[in-house]
Amino acid sequence: METPLTHNISPGKEPPDLAQYEKAGGYAALRKALRMGPGEVMADIKASNLRGRGGAGFPTAQKWSFVPMGDDAPHPKYLICNADEMEPGTFKDRLLLEGDPHQLIEGMIVSAYAVQADIGYIFLRWAYKLAAERLEQAIAEAYRHGYLGRNILGSEYSLQMHLHVSAGRYMCGEETALLNALEGKRANPRAKPPYPQVSGLWGKPTVVNNVETLCNVPHIVNHGAAWFKGLSRGDDSGTKLYGVSGRVKKPGLWELPMGTPIREILEEHGGGMRDGYRFRGLLPGGASTNFLVTDHLDVAMDFDSMQAAGSRLGTGTMIVLDDKTCPVGMLRNLEHFFAQESCGWCTPCWSGLSWVEQILQGLEEGQGQPSDLEQLRSHTRLLGPGHTFCALAPGAAEPLESGLRYFRDDFERHIREKRCPWR
Amino acid sequence: MLSEQEKTEIAAHSQHYPTARALCVEALKIVQRHRGWVSDESIADVAEALQMTPVELEGVATFYNMIFRKPVGRHVILLCDSVSCWIMGCEQLREHLHARLGIGLGETTVDGRFTLLPNVCLGACDHAPAMMIDNAHYQDLDPASVDEILAKYPKYPQEEKKEKKEPANGNTADP
Repeated sequence: METPLTHNISPGKEPPDLAQYEKAGGYAALRKALRMGPGEVMADIKASNLRGRGGAGFPTAQKWSFVPMGDDAPHPKYLICNADEMEPGTFKDRLLLEGDPHQLIEGMIVSAYAVQADIGYIFLRWAYKLAAERLEQAIAEAYRHGYLGRNILGSEYSLQMHLHVSAGRYMCGEETALLNALEGKRANPRAKPPYPQVSGLWGKPTVVNNVETLCNVPHIVNHGAAWFKGLSRGDDSGTKLYGVSGRVKKPGLWELPMGTPIREILEEHGGGMRDGYRFRGLLPGGASTNFLVTDHLDVAMDFDSMQAAGSRLGTGTMIVLDDKTCPVGMLRNLEHFFAQESCGWCTPCWSGLSWVEQILQGLEEGQGQPSDLEQLRSHTRLLGPGHTFCALAPGAAEPLESGLRYFRDDFERHIREKRCPWR
Repeated sequence: MLSEQEKTEIAAHSQHYPTARALCVEALKIVQRHRGWVSDESIADVAEALQMTPVELEGVATFYNMIFRKPVGRHVILLCDSVSCWIMGCEQLREHLHARLGIGLGETTVDGRFTLLPNVCLGACDHAPAMMIDNAHYQDLDPASVDEILAKYPKYPQEEKKEKKEPANGNTADP
């Protein structure tokens, strides 16, 4: 089984420096891309069917295709790596950032070349200290060896790259909020359209891609679209970093073929449930994805299969709910997060999520009313797509909506017994 | 007034952005590193240096949870309270820290040694529960290991190491 993304990574050890990265075949994709030209790189990524690994699964080449190209295109154009990983339960980009920083930098240079960007930013979350240190070093090395800066490897192409270390807040990971944050403004999201590809950072064409997405790019350029498609077990291409957290025997993170079934990840890699704990459900791809339950264990972890099962692949890092953990308490924790992280820009989000949190807290404290369930259900609709300015509240509504369906008995017990039965 | 050191550190990042304002998050972090927190006076100092109004900068500063607009202790404990850590027992850790240090979330010990703050997912979900103290990550925690970790932090101000480790200065410039 091929594991291109993690091939060079040994957790707990120093990442490959530039010489080691080159020795392992690094920066060959950049040399090849510079010979191919931007159009052909774009065509390769399109043929590979690479989809965004940040959670939404938008086709990467399609995202790039909206960037104005040619002599009349506005400049500077920007390529931004979204490394603001903060989705609860998600710890995948951290491995790539700490474990192989040159892979990301090469992916960014090749991607920036495809859209003819002039400046690249890595937007990194504050807490990833080691990643910041290693990225700084790797960027400096890349400049010293002519992979960044003016006339890269003697070509006509030039790219500057900067690391921006943020200062917290989940909201900054939303791509238009991220643009405001980079400009030194409050990180409220922007209205779309215009889309960032046309008018993004400082009003210039901008592409924002996730860390894992960008790390795939050099491998596709090196080995081709057919090879990339062959890595997966289903219709979606490539490999995927899958993670498991919660009360399983071996929580962890693994690079596996895209489309590996949940059961295999949970049992063969995660070691199954810890002794004394029974599986009740999981959030397949971070806090803002719908619960799945025992019936779904054989579903493939890819974008379309997850959607067909009523959830989303999201970040691919699953959070397991066991029978000794209260599902209402878990939802209270999740909705507390979303209420706290709401930027406050639109009323349904800041007001609705706080209300949801209060109702869930009331249920946990034994003050639940039968009408609470209908209140919660109506919020899942009113906080859903189309009612708010960005995707934060719809994301918050997902686990709540499915939680109310799958754990209805648990909610009713809280109301009937006027207490949390797990306490 | 910004100190010469602060000005130098902020200037080291100025090549990364086309506007002065875009430096503001970095500048706030630099000032906080030197002064411990970001006071009204610090807001005024940074705003003036970046040609922003204090109110504009305040809007940014208060947005970020890692910009401290109130004084904090010599060491800041950031306890992850997101979902995986909650399942794995972060509330027990919070209770334990309360019993050990006598502080709840948002509070500082009377001796100024620690401030305890909640934090969203620290990206260590497979090693939950997790926390940070200042710049250091700690994971796979239980009350006993928390006690061992706390003991590593000096009890008295005079025992603190003089120079705190400064992060590297920005990217290298285009050679």
